[in-house]
Amino acid sequence: MTARQPSDTNSAANATGSVPVFRVRGLTKVYRMGEVPVHALRGVDLDVAEREFIVILGPSGSGKSTLLNILGGLDVPTEGRVFYREQELTRASERELTAYRRHAVGFVFQFYNLIPSLTARENVELVTDITERPMDPDDALRLVGLGERLDHFPAQLSGGEQQRVAIARAIAKNPDVLLCDEPTGALDISTGIVVLEALERINREIGTTTMIITHNAAIASMADRVLRLADGRIAEVIVNADRRPARELSW
Amino acid sequence: MRPLTRKLWRDVLAQRGPAAAIALVIGSGIALYVLMVSCFWSLERTRETYYERYRFADVFARLERAPQRLEREIAAIPGVARVRTRVVRDVALDVPDLEEAATARMISIPARRRPMLCDVFLRAGRYVEPGETDEVLVSEEFAAAHGLGPGDTIHAVIGGSRRPLRIVGLALTPEYVYTIRPGDVLPDSRRFAIVFMERRRLAAALSMEGGFNDVVLRLSPTADRKEVIRRLDDLLEPYGGRGAIPRRLQMSHWYLENELDGLRKFGRTIPVVFLVVAAFLLHVVMSRLVSVQREQIAQLKAIGYSNRDLALHYAGWSLVVAALGAAFGLAAGAWFGAKMTSMYAEFFHFPLLEYHLPPRVIVEALAVGAAAALLGGQAAVRRAVRLPPAEAMRPEPPRVYRRSVLERAGLGGWLSPATRITVRSLERTLGRTTITVFGISAGAALLIGGTFTLDGMDAMLDLQFNVAQRYDALVTFYLPASPRAIEEIAGLPGVIRAEGFRTVAARFRHRHRLRHGVLTGLEPGARLRQIVSSRGRRVPLPARGVLMSAKLAEVLGIRPGEALEVEVLEGRRPRLRLPVAGLVDEPLGTEVYISRDELHALLDEPRVLSGAHVLLDAAGAPRFHRRLKNTPMVAGVVLSEAAIRSFEDTLERTVGIVRTFNVMFAVIIAFGVVYNAARISLAERARDLATLRVIGFRRREIAEILLGELAIVTLLAIPFGLAGGWLMAWIVVRAYDTELFRMPLVILPRTYATAVIAVLVAAVLSGAAVRRKLQRLDLIAVLKTRE
Ligand SMILES: Nc1ncnc2c1ncn2[C@@H]1O[C@H](COP(=O)(O)OP(=O)(O)OP(=O)(O)O)[C@@H](O)[C@H]1O
Ligand SMILES: [Mg+2]
Repeated sequence: MTARQPSDTNSAANATGSVPVFRVRGLTKVYRMGEVPVHALRGVDLDVAEREFIVILGPSGSGKSTLLNILGGLDVPTEGRVFYREQELTRASERELTAYRRHAVGFVFQFYNLIPSLTARENVELVTDITERPMDPDDALRLVGLGERLDHFPAQLSGGEQQRVAIARAIAKNPDVLLCDEPTGALDISTGIVVLEALERINREIGTTTMIITHNAAIASMADRVLRLADGRIAEVIVNADRRPARELSW
Repeated sequence: MRPLTRKLWRDVLAQRGPAAAIALVIGSGIALYVLMVSCFWSLERTRETYYERYRFADVFARLERAPQRLEREIAAIPGVARVRTRVVRDVALDVPDLEEAATARMISIPARRRPMLCDVFLRAGRYVEPGETDEVLVSEEFAAAHGLGPGDTIHAVIGGSRRPLRIVGLALTPEYVYTIRPGDVLPDSRRFAIVFMERRRLAAALSMEGGFNDVVLRLSPTADRKEVIRRLDDLLEPYGGRGAIPRRLQMSHWYLENELDGLRKFGRTIPVVFLVVAAFLLHVVMSRLVSVQREQIAQLKAIGYSNRDLALHYAGWSLVVAALGAAFGLAAGAWFGAKMTSMYAEFFHFPLLEYHLPPRVIVEALAVGAAAALLGGQAAVRRAVRLPPAEAMRPEPPRVYRRSVLERAGLGGWLSPATRITVRSLERTLGRTTITVFGISAGAALLIGGTFTLDGMDAMLDLQFNVAQRYDALVTFYLPASPRAIEEIAGLPGVIRAEGFRTVAARFRHRHRLRHGVLTGLEPGARLRQIVSSRGRRVPLPARGVLMSAKLAEVLGIRPGEALEVEVLEGRRPRLRLPVAGLVDEPLGTEVYISRDELHALLDEPRVLSGAHVLLDAAGAPRFHRRLKNTPMVAGVVLSEAAIRSFEDTLERTVGIVRTFNVMFAVIIAFGVVYNAARISLAERARDLATLRVIGFRRREIAEILLGELAIVTLLAIPFGLAGGWLMAWIVVRAYDTELFRMPLVILPRTYATAVIAVLVAAVLSGAAVRRKLQRLDLIAVLKTRE
């Protein structure tokens, strides 16, 4: 495990030699809450390579969710540019952003965010219904260990189970990138590991570029690269020479 | 089913209470629309085919007597396509089950059946045949009212002698779809018959051989109607022509047209109130739905659903509700429409009054329902579309409350904490509170507007029969009778008092406007017939000049002080210019009054009588009628008492149905609004209320907070509802301001009280429904869900 300075974060893409999935330059996000501006991001530069598995760490309020939301086309920055492959997201229209989210991105949110009036399977179908090469919804749910609870409504599932439905929903569309905001926040160790194994397998087998926000530093060791955010900036980048399999993690 | 569709159904199902309430309101609007418009089309279509098949005429004229050869000259008027001359006369009719004489309008028909203008439809029996006895066809409704049929015999006093008439058939004619006896203000099918008799026999009985006294015309499509009428009047003038009238002014047609007009007008306006209220309710419920589902919306957007998908999804919610409403409305509207159409058969006599619901009406109803839904939902849909996904990811910030007006005014100390919660929340949701108040008051207003007509009718009848027409019987003579006739009548058994009057047919003209009518000469001191304004004020007869109906003055565009041209159509037919001494806004008809002395002087005649108003004592009445039945000079007897009773009977049956619709729909609207308001505040405040329960509040206490809110809103709405009801009544009165009658704007306290009670009942019902939900409030579930 070697630590580097933020200035040479860009090299990861160069190292693999392919076009980066994300290219982020000077990303700034300012929220205006009445008189006081809140600087959620203060100039972030970042390249994300194909197939890369990235873990984002950082204290609460450091801008992790904001960064992920912008990468996922859910939010627009105040300043700076974001490219997804050749497409500049910061110039995309609402339509293009919708198409981007629809076909390229899989989201797992900080809060479970399921549609309470739909069952687990139906929540997954919500995605498979509108994408081109989806997985079978049942397979996606089996992948996260929920093969038995297909017809349960969110209210009939525990927090961890709901989170796994959310992950199944994200992976079911076979996305190009998978963005997960604290996917294991509410889970116990063994369930957390089941979820992480699923993510790891998708990354390895399908080559889905994956970015995970977590407060759990132990998870960092399964990443190719770890970004530590502080006060809206990338404070530290750690590149793992060897990724530890999720199975071996403990916290 | 696609997952989003499934979500839609489950969302609707989860909100089934409010959804059903709104659907009912939309449905009521659609039902009223379908009801009135389909009734309109049923009547209109029936009328059109009837007029067409049975050759209803375009121009109608009466005269004293003209030789038959004039018919050829009439037919030669350019534009006249067909002519039918007739002998028509009103005679007294003796039917076994009626104490007094009825009136028969005798109309001549050809000896052999052939197509003719104003043809007859035979319901039963056969056409008349030559033979020993006089055979007649009798109007169906008269026969039905007396249980008469082919084979029965009635007696008529024709040309001074009593003749038996054998009924051989029951008939209808487009000329008398609506029948009202001359001199009557209300229809009375027991006392007015249309009797068809072979021409030569009738003419012989009336000494009219070789002549006619009535003519009807059919015009060619290109004819100039005014010109034809002018030339016809010129031709008939020497023969005592009473002035030709176009179809538009023909009595039966006019009533029918008036009714159709009312249906058309109200069919287009009343439902709008329902749809506006429904749109407001949808707006409230949908806004609430979108704000509860903001995270779901963000999520769907994050997954890749487009704005269009979401707009369709949320618009779908209101469309589903509208579709439910439309289904209910169409069914109810068609059902009530069929009922109401068959009710019209009591007033309008058609061979066949078939209910007809044109597909166009269904399409319009659906379109209107969908429009209301989309209008109501559009703000919420727009909000859903505009919601930035990243922001919606985080829960909505706590709602902003503040101290209410009452508290800021320093009255806070008086309010209990529970009341404070109620008042603050009402104030925070001021927009919604306003909508709720508006909706409830609309319910009350519709209730008043829909039911006050009975008050107006009562007031009108009361005025007409207890103040203006105090007589028990109205006796009319065929020919003006000598002044001594009044003493003869006064001497008849049972008569307490008799007052003579003189009427002449006349044409009233002012500049280019013209109306046909009757100039009525009354004694200034008459007690049995008085002139009364719709406010109940007695108006004295002027010593000089005429006192005329304010409505007629409006139609002719004449003001008091100006001169009215009066063309008398009887006797020497003088043309007079009489000053308009005053106007009177009578509720019925378009009368012109003059003092009898002046009228006699103008006509240059002795004090002859056209008829008499008679006051009877109850015990002697039967003998009076028996005597009159066989008096040849008497054309007919009109009884006020009987007229009211028979009309009130019909009114009770028919208005009863209409009242039921109105009350039902108004209660639906009030219930829908209150229930929705209650459900929404329950949903919004379930957390607060659950928290209060956890703290230790009793069920009763939290119920008071919620129901207190409902009570305040309902009480607030009542004064607005009453004012709105008055306004609706005013609109209805304006809409029914016709030459036939003007309904006075009278709303009795009982009508206001009914509206208030209906609103309170609706409020109590919805309060009970919400209270049941409150009892089942699941504390843990409420506190666990994040909002
Ligand atoms: N819609 C918003 N309006 C105002 N401020 C916001 C908004 N969204 C985020 N912020 C602020 O921006 C900063 C970064 O927020 P962000 O959600 O990215 O933090 P985070 O790193 O994800 O924190 P956590 O670990 O608690 O989820 C915070 O100070 C937050 O209060
Ligand atoms: Mg976060």
